[in-house]
Amino acid sequence: MTDPLLSVRDLRVEFPTRRGVLTAVDGVSFDIHPGEILGVVGESGAGKSQTGAAVIGLLEPPGRIAAGDIHLEGERIDRLSQEQLRKVRGRKIGAVFQDPLTSLNPLYTIGRQLTETIRTHLDMSEAEARDRAVQLLGEVGIPSPADRLDAYPHQFSGGMRQRVVIALALCANPRLIIADEPTTALDVSIQAQITALLKRLCREHGTAVMLITHDMGVIAETADRVAVLYGGRLAEVGPVDDVVNRPLHPYTEGLMACIPTTHERPPRLAQIEGSMPSLTAMPAGCAFHPRCPHAFDRCEAERPPLFEHPPSAAACWLWAPEGARVTERAAS
Amino acid sequence: MRDGPGAPMLDHDGQPVLVRLRGLTKHFDVSPPLLSRVLEGKQRRVLKAVDGVDLDIPRGRTTALVGESGCGKSTVARMLVTLYQPTAGDLVFEGTDLGRLTDRRALAPFRRRMQMIFQDPFASLNPRWRVGRIIAEPIRAHGLMDDTGAIAGRVADLLEHVGLRATDAGRYPHEFSGGQRQRISIARALASSPHFLVCDEPTSALDVSVQAQILNLLRDLQRELGLTYLVITHDLAVVRFIADTIGVMYLGRLCEVAPAESLFARPRHPYTRLLIETVPDLKAPDRDRKPMAGEVPSPLDPPTGCAFHTRCPLAAERCARDRPALRRDADGAVACHAVEEGRLPEWGR
Repeated sequence: MTDPLLSVRDLRVEFPTRRGVLTAVDGVSFDIHPGEILGVVGESGAGKSQTGAAVIGLLEPPGRIAAGDIHLEGERIDRLSQEQLRKVRGRKIGAVFQDPLTSLNPLYTIGRQLTETIRTHLDMSEAEARDRAVQLLGEVGIPSPADRLDAYPHQFSGGMRQRVVIALALCANPRLIIADEPTTALDVSIQAQITALLKRLCREHGTAVMLITHDMGVIAETADRVAVLYGGRLAEVGPVDDVVNRPLHPYTEGLMACIPTTHERPPRLAQIEGSMPSLTAMPAGCAFHPRCPHAFDRCEAERPPLFEHPPSAAACWLWAPEGARVTERAAS
Repeated sequence: MRDGPGAPMLDHDGQPVLVRLRGLTKHFDVSPPLLSRVLEGKQRRVLKAVDGVDLDIPRGRTTALVGESGCGKSTVARMLVTLYQPTAGDLVFEGTDLGRLTDRRALAPFRRRMQMIFQDPFASLNPRWRVGRIIAEPIRAHGLMDDTGAIAGRVADLLEHVGLRATDAGRYPHEFSGGQRQRISIARALASSPHFLVCDEPTSALDVSVQAQILNLLRDLQRELGLTYLVITHDLAVVRFIADTIGVMYLGRLCEVAPAESLFARPRHPYTRLLIETVPDLKAPDRDRKPMAGEVPSPLDPPTGCAFHTRCPLAAERCARDRPALRRDADGAVACHAVEEGRLPEWGR
C-alpha cells in the first residue's frame, strides 16, 4: 500500500479551563491515503471537529495539541510556526466548514477572494489568477462563472456559497480537504449536490477528503473508510461497508441500529440509553461502558486499546485477543 | 354536511378529523418602507408563505408536513397553534374556525387543547426558571389548578411520564442534556392535557442516539394519551418512522398528500420522487446517487403555473401556465398535470 497522505498518531487535544484541563481528543490515531474519503462520525462532543481543527492548525485558543503527532506527506505539521502553518493551510490542506458565510468575506467580491487566495499560494499574475478563478467556479458548478466573479457573497444562495467555499479550498490544488459538516446547513436537495461535487473532485484530482459529519447516510454514500469517535476517543475505524453493516464496537452497533431509514417502519427504534458523557465527567475505563449493554468488570477499570480485526479495528475489550466476540467469531 | 361543534368532521376514509384546513393562506408584507416606495418608486412585495393549503388532520394519528426551507411548513404549524393569524382560508379545530377568532379570550380554551414542541430545547426553556416552574407554567396560565401541592404532584407525574425523575423539578435547564431538555419541553406541552401537539422539527437539534429515544417517547405518549400530532420536519427517515399521513410542501403549496406507506412505496408527485431519491440512506446506500438539479426558487418570486415546473423532469408547456389543483383519488391527493394526464413514469427504486 502507498504511504498515507495524512497520518495522525495518538492525538490529544486539551482545553485548559479554570476548573481543570478538558481533554477533547484523547489518543486518536488514523491515516488518510491519497484520493481517499475518510468519514469522521460521532455525536456532539465526540471530538470530531476538534480533530479536524487540530489537523489544519485551527484550534480555538486555549485549545492545544498536548500530545501525539500529525504528518502530512511525511512532514510533521503539528509543531509548525504560524507562518509555516499558513503556507501548509491553503497550499496543501483546504477547508470547508458548515456555514459558508463564515468562510467568505462579505465586503469583497468572490473574484477578489479567489484571486487573492490563488496568488498567495501560486506564482501567478492577476490575469492568470482571474482565469483560474473562473475555471474553478465552473468546476464547482457555478453557472456562467465569468459573470459571477464580481458578485458579493450575499448575492449567492446557500448552496452556491458552499460551492464558492469549495472553489476557495481548491485554489492551490491541495492534497487534502477537511470538510466539517459541509452539508448540514443546506437543504436535502442541495446537500446531495454538494456531496456529489466532493466525490467528483476527489475522483478527478485525487484529492483526499476528511469528511466530518454526524449524518451516517452521507457517510454511507460518500466515504471509503469511517472513523467513529466517542467521548474524544476512537471507538472504531474501518471500511464504510464493514462499519455500517458489520460493526465491531457496541457503540457503532447501537448507533447504526437507532438511525431511522426511509425503507422500513419498525414498531420502535432501537435506542442507546443515556447520553454521551460530558468532558468534565468522563467515566473511568471505556468511555462507553455506562451505556454499553455488554459491559463487564474490565470495561469499568481499564481503557481498551484499539484491537485490529482486519479490515476494521475497535477499541473494545470484547475484541481483545481472548475477548468474548473473538471467541464467538472463531466458533462460528 | 355542516361542520358544527355537534357534528364530528370526517375525512375521506371516514376517520374523525381533529383539524381541517381549507384554502389556508398566509401572506407576509415584506414591502420596502413607505418612504422608499414613494421616493424611489419601489413596489409593494408580498411573500406568499402559505398559499392555499387543504389538509385534514385525523384524530389520534400523526400527520407530517415535509419540505425544504421556505416551503411554508413552519408557517402552517404556527397558524395551527394560533401564533399567526391566517390571511385567508379556514382553520377548523374541533368544529370551530379559529381563523375567525381574534380575541385572546375567545382563543384561550382552544390554546389549552393545543401545544407546540420546538426544535431547539436550548432556546425554548427559560434558563432562569427551575424545571418545576417551567412545566407548571401552562397549568397556571390556563388556571387549571390553584393548589400548590396539587400542581407539584402533577409536575412530578409529568416528569416521570416523559422519563425524568420527580426530583428533577428542582433543577435548572442547563443541568440537562439536549435530549433531557426536549423531554422537559414535552412534559410542559402535556401539562395542560392537550389533544393536539404540533412538533416543529422535534429532533433536528439532537444526536441520533437521542433522537431515537425522543421519537419512541412521542409514539408511546400518542398510544397512551390518544394524542393527535402534526410533525413538521425536513427529515424523510424521521417522517417514515413517525407519520401515518404525509403532506409534501413546495413553495407554500401542498404537492402531494398520502398515507405514509403508499407515499414511500409509490410516490407520485415528481418533487416527492426527487426528494425520496435524493436522501442518502444508511441501509441502502447508492454511491452513484443523482442529485436533483437546481435550487428552490425564491418564495418572493415563485414560478408561474406549477411552482415546481422549473425543476421538474416532466414539465410541459401547460405546467408553466396553469397551477395544478390538488386532486384526490383512492391513493391520496396529488397536484400535478403529469399525473392527471397519465404521463407519469412507473416508480422503481
